[in-house]
Amino acid sequence: MSDATGPIVTADGVPLKRKLAQAMFRSRARAFGLALPLLAFIIVAFIIPIVTLLYRGVHDPRFAEIMPRTTAVMQNWEPTSPVTEEMAAALVADMVVARKNRTIGQVATRVNRELPGTRSLFTSTARKAKKMKPPYLEALIKKDRKWGDNATWQAIKITAKTYTPAYLLQAVDLKYNADGSITRQPERFRIYMKLLVRTMRISLIVTLATLVLGYPVAYLLSTLPVRSSNMLLILVLLPFWTSLLVRTTSWIAILQSEGVLNNLFVLFGITTDQQRFSMIYNETGVLIAMTHILLPFMILPLYSVMKTIPPSYVRAAKSMGARPATAFWRVYFPQSVPGIGAGALLVFILAIGYYITPALVGGEDGQMISNMIDFHMRKSLNWNLAAALGAVLLVVVLFFFWLYDRLVGIDNMKLG
Amino acid sequence: MSTVSKEDGFVVFDHVQKSYDGETLVVKDLNLAIGKGEFLTMLGPSGSGKTTCLMMLAGFETATHGDILLGGKPINNIPPHKRGIGMVFQNYALFPHMTVGENLSFPLEVRKMGKAEREEKVRNALDMVQMGDFINRRPAQLSGGQQQRIALARSLVFEPDLVLMDEPLGALDKQLREHMQYEIKHLHDRLGVTVVYVTHDQSEALTMSDRVAVFDDGVIQQLATPDDLYERPENAFVAQFIGENNRLVGVVRDISGDVATVEVDGGGVVTAKAVNCGDVGGRTTLSIRPERVKVGADDGPNRTDAEVLELIYLGDHIRCRMRVLGNDEFIVKIPNAADNKRLVVGEKTTVGWETEDCRALDAS
Repeated sequence: MSDATGPIVTADGVPLKRKLAQAMFRSRARAFGLALPLLAFIIVAFIIPIVTLLYRGVHDPRFAEIMPRTTAVMQNWEPTSPVTEEMAAALVADMVVARKNRTIGQVATRVNRELPGTRSLFTSTARKAKKMKPPYLEALIKKDRKWGDNATWQAIKITAKTYTPAYLLQAVDLKYNADGSITRQPERFRIYMKLLVRTMRISLIVTLATLVLGYPVAYLLSTLPVRSSNMLLILVLLPFWTSLLVRTTSWIAILQSEGVLNNLFVLFGITTDQQRFSMIYNETGVLIAMTHILLPFMILPLYSVMKTIPPSYVRAAKSMGARPATAFWRVYFPQSVPGIGAGALLVFILAIGYYITPALVGGEDGQMISNMIDFHMRKSLNWNLAAALGAVLLVVVLFFFWLYDRLVGIDNMKLG
Repeated sequence: MSTVSKEDGFVVFDHVQKSYDGETLVVKDLNLAIGKGEFLTMLGPSGSGKTTCLMMLAGFETATHGDILLGGKPINNIPPHKRGIGMVFQNYALFPHMTVGENLSFPLEVRKMGKAEREEKVRNALDMVQMGDFINRRPAQLSGGQQQRIALARSLVFEPDLVLMDEPLGALDKQLREHMQYEIKHLHDRLGVTVVYVTHDQSEALTMSDRVAVFDDGVIQQLATPDDLYERPENAFVAQFIGENNRLVGVVRDISGDVATVEVDGGGVVTAKAVNCGDVGGRTTLSIRPERVKVGADDGPNRTDAEVLELIYLGDHIRCRMRVLGNDEFIVKIPNAADNKRLVVGEKTTVGWETEDCRALDAS
């Protein structure tokens, strides 16, 4: 046939590898072509927005763009050294321009985030900036004594950074100081870690609750004959066909203090009319509603894994002398772990970013981190902090994903 | 060991009936006594009730009526894990999350056996099936035949008196299956354990068993040793199910002693051994094994004309389809011996058989 030493060639003399690559190219191109629309959509509608938003968490060029002179001068200033005339002159010059361009409000808002109470300092000083005469430092201090305070200038130095870790640090209750050091936020500002911990606690409890409630149902589903298991499966899936909003609000009707459940409690004498349980607009309400809503996400992966476990395993264990409980724990349960892992990961990741349910039934102490992101996006308009909080959430999710991969192995996950 | 009485049976089914839906019986009035140390095979087509019987014996199904006795004691109300019966499943049921060693150790652990003793028994059991080197492998890393040996070792490691096997060789290829048949048989001979084996493969049943119970329609059609079963089937189902068989249907014209004279529907009269044919005037099925038919015989009993319709060359023998007494599906096996005359398709010849090789059975 072909020369034993050279590469293998086809009948017409083309090297086999090249011929194969040519033959494969068409099928690869076809596969790529089929996936291209979705790929393009995901890149445009999903990946780019996420990347740009996350970028905002560390990138804030507003101050540097509006106040270029101040930004340049501040670079060389040591936060502990006295305020110089040069800085004051640059600030006044920038303020004059910013006032004319009506951008001083943005600067004031930005600096105010670093040092609360400086908003009016900036806006009112900017109004007078045009008339100020050198020496500017004295003129500024004359306008407001705060200009003599190093803290004001330290806040400016922090905001003058285009790329800043300040938002990310703030998202985990840390403070980025002008000298580059990192300290904890003052006690009363430490809210995000508390919120993050609460979010994880709620997600964890919801995950455990769905597991405890879902495991027996999934087991039943997998052992019933097909006809009855299909019926039961429809019941499990039924909630998917109703709006999330309807399901959440129906829990309000059930759980509120004048609601169905409390009325029943009073009727059966479990509690009195005066001491009705408060089960909604708090963490309890969030836990109940979220457990209910996320239950199918636990049951379905569990069911799909359990369906593949032949009954002969447990029978074999029993025939070897294992009591039913031992047979379950040592033989059945370990084989259902991939389903538990998939279900738990799914529920946990969905729960950690849950928004509508805590917003509707969460009240004061049932708010989760997503609600805070929403608050910064829509109310306080601090998109940078919202992005930073989103980044922290993403990191937490990725961490749990990694942990899962280490403990169970992503390859073991079965979703269907 | 052709019969075991109910009194000295190690495993006894006493008028056992089983129904799943309350309308039809899957097992109809089963009476069976299995001796200690016996290798008994339940053979039958799917849906014949053989697996149900095995599952009732193992305790995974409950008998609707009747008693199952093990060592003289009724076990109907004893849960499976207290019966102490080893079992090999169709798909081996090796625990995939445990190594081979852990799999074998499992029945010993649940019996609270000490570690040293456990290890020794596991090693012995693995050596018994020549799998000692595989103790740390996972079942998924083994071939089908290796998994089969492990399943076998696992069912024997806790030294049960009775081992049940539910079509254990069904998933193996032909060659391996035949090899494993001998191995299981040798293990049985060596250990003296009682084995109840379920299969739908008749050659497997004949190869391995002391006795075979042929199931059909929830009833044992015949319980006999392999040679009895093949050579002396008691009814048309058994004759048809075990080995290859030529059927001729006709009416009994005369019975004298154990010889029946039968007028075959396709024309012609033959004599047969009366086994299960009823009275004169009743219909009967005649059963003749293909290898007991003599071709081109000049004289002898039951000589009739035959026409060669098809010849299939199979190496050691030639399979010849003929028209005999109006039956187009009459098969004759002609040994490929040097002195045998070669037949050609369309050739007219004669066939004949001994009266006792032709059994007159029920008309089904």
